[in-house]
Amino acid sequence: MGTSLAFHYVFAALGVGLPLLLAVVEGLWLRTRNPDYYRLARTWSRAMLLLFAIGAVSGTTLSFELGLLWPAFMAAAGAIVGIPFSAEGFAFFIEAIFVGIYLYGWDRLSPRAHWLCSFPIVISGALSAAFVTAVNAWMNTPVGFTLVNGKMTNIDPIAGMFSPAMPTEVLHTTLSAYVFTAFAVASIYAAALIRSPGDRMVAAALRVAMLAGAVAIPLQIFVGDVSARFDANVEPVKFASEEALFATERGAAIQVGGIPDQQARVTRYAIRIPYLLSILAFENPQAEVRGLDAFDRTVEPPVAAVHLCFDLMVGSGTTLLLVAGWWALATRLGRRTPHAWLARAIVTSGFLAFVAMEAGWMVTEEGRQPWIAVGFLRTAQGVTTAPAVDLAFYGFTLLYFFLAITLAVLLLRLHAKDTPEPPAAMLRPAAG
Amino acid sequence: MSPQTLVAFVAFVGLGSVALYAVFGGADFGGGVWDMIASGPRRDQQRELIEHAVGPVWETNHVWLIFLVVLLFTCFPPAFAALATGLFAPLSFALVGIILRGAAYAFRASASFDAGLSDFWGHVFGIASIITPFFFGTAVGGLTVGNYAWNSPFALGTGVLAVLLCAQIAAIFLTLETAERALREDFRRRAIGSTVALAVMGAILLTLARVTSPETFAALTRPEARAGIAIAMLLGLLVLALLFARRLLAARLVVMLEAFAVLAGWYAEQAPYIIPGTLTYQAAAAPPVTLEAFLWLTAAGGALLVPSLLLLFRVFKSESQAP
Repeated sequence: MGTSLAFHYVFAALGVGLPLLLAVVEGLWLRTRNPDYYRLARTWSRAMLLLFAIGAVSGTTLSFELGLLWPAFMAAAGAIVGIPFSAEGFAFFIEAIFVGIYLYGWDRLSPRAHWLCSFPIVISGALSAAFVTAVNAWMNTPVGFTLVNGKMTNIDPIAGMFSPAMPTEVLHTTLSAYVFTAFAVASIYAAALIRSPGDRMVAAALRVAMLAGAVAIPLQIFVGDVSARFDANVEPVKFASEEALFATERGAAIQVGGIPDQQARVTRYAIRIPYLLSILAFENPQAEVRGLDAFDRTVEPPVAAVHLCFDLMVGSGTTLLLVAGWWALATRLGRRTPHAWLARAIVTSGFLAFVAMEAGWMVTEEGRQPWIAVGFLRTAQGVTTAPAVDLAFYGFTLLYFFLAITLAVLLLRLHAKDTPEPPAAMLRPAAG
Repeated sequence: MSPQTLVAFVAFVGLGSVALYAVFGGADFGGGVWDMIASGPRRDQQRELIEHAVGPVWETNHVWLIFLVVLLFTCFPPAFAALATGLFAPLSFALVGIILRGAAYAFRASASFDAGLSDFWGHVFGIASIITPFFFGTAVGGLTVGNYAWNSPFALGTGVLAVLLCAQIAAIFLTLETAERALREDFRRRAIGSTVALAVMGAILLTLARVTSPETFAALTRPEARAGIAIAMLLGLLVLALLFARRLLAARLVVMLEAFAVLAGWYAEQAPYIIPGTLTYQAAAAPPVTLEAFLWLTAAGGALLVPSLLLLFRVFKSESQAP
């Protein structure tokens, strides 16, 4: 399941983010009639065909795996989490329809109608991400039922959909899709720019992607900060694990890196900045921050994994912000071509965005362990009892690995020169 | 609405989506089957036609399946858990088929720079188009026989039946996708052949039930189920007649009805049980508040969905229907 999710996450994120970039470049094409934008839109729409196909099948797989791997969880919680899943199903349905129209309709619709068809894709893509994340938020902060003899009764699926963790987690996850897509695309085109510096289409692609990244990353870091403070108040166990804080402290220091030792209850070799944790979490240098000693030790997540992934996420995210800032200053928001060192930095940013996204995902998942739904169902209880699950698991992992490689190869081989030329009638300069 | 009516409503929506998946998803799978065994002087044109017909709609066609899965785990959670555990093996195989099929479809189109690679994914596409409906069929068959015996003779027969049904639906749909006479005739002949094969397989399946699983046979010959099967058979004959008479549009309509009748017969065979012998629809149902929320959501989603679907079909399926 974890493998499927980590795999699905990448393609789903690109599937949410890429339509936005497409809508932008196609809009620019209609406005400026610059054929570079048209070629970009056609190239990216071929990438979207690949990504959406893979995203759709890995999504189908996930909906099955929920039942195949976690039948007890679904039996217990299906009546609640099913509603956001159903909403996601409809959003995905609409998305699939318009993706079909968009990808195959280049020559069947008027240019403007075709462009307009990208809007439902952008909107339903974002909504899909939001609904699915709402389910994950519910697993972190389950509400909308009362527990009677271990069974959920008085179910209120609407309350379950709007669980306490929902707003911040939904924003953070949806933004992560845009951040990742923007920097991944920017990274590919920055590499292309280094190879062929004079290419105007490459420069245009890089400009659009970096603009999107420069808008998304500050927002993302802001939302990330809000959700960390949310954790400090509502999910203190997860927060203490993220910060590798074993003992409750007033004026707590923030610990960067280091090796948390869950047996010895200490974090070694970390860089400590005094008072900063109390300030960040509660805006007061003397505030008390609850450490893991304030909670039941038997239901503690794997602290080292959560803490290091958390730092990895924050570190990569901050670096992305620096790269975006550098780009904005050095190129006057894309008016100039980036010089070689900046281009190299942008090339690495795609990888960093990937790391930030997957590490963030690990923080959410590992930070919730040993629960599948915090406080009432453990992962081990939710898991399937069907035989040969291990075998199926390895099989699926292998299959995904193979598909990921093929997909990456094909995506990198997409060349703009293979795309159709823009319709000649539209090539005159736009009046006004 | 009383809880019983709610459950009946949701079950109806669920069966409806099974039916739509069987028809549209089935047409897709069948397209893959015909792609794989494309033959004769117009082999390449056949493949092109299939590609052209399937391309814009295949993802949409498969969302019916996601919808069905979501409906099951939202509205009948214990049934979903039981099915997923009991039918773990065939559902996993079907999933592998779905993954490979989608990937192969996209990869084949994008790998046009290398004929070998493109051919390889073309084969994967064909094989995956067969294994997916086959294993879904065995899952349904296993459910019907009881004990989730998806590898029993009856269930394996159901798998073959499912593949043939897909092939039949696809061939009939494809006759309407081209204005070219010779190509249309190719698929008309294939439609006739697969209809006959389907009838033969249906007879074999009944015999299998009689020999290997008397209880299943008894259930299949209950009056309600018998009516469904009889209607499906009559509609099958009608399809054959319409194909011979070259009334292709009518044949398409009737073949859809035929698929619905097969499913209705299957439902009648095991009603009121969702899992034969152990779990009824009523017992498996989620609390009324969830069912109600689901139905509202379906109404709202449907209000957006129907116009979008109509747009999709209008953009891609309008001009090729010239008889």
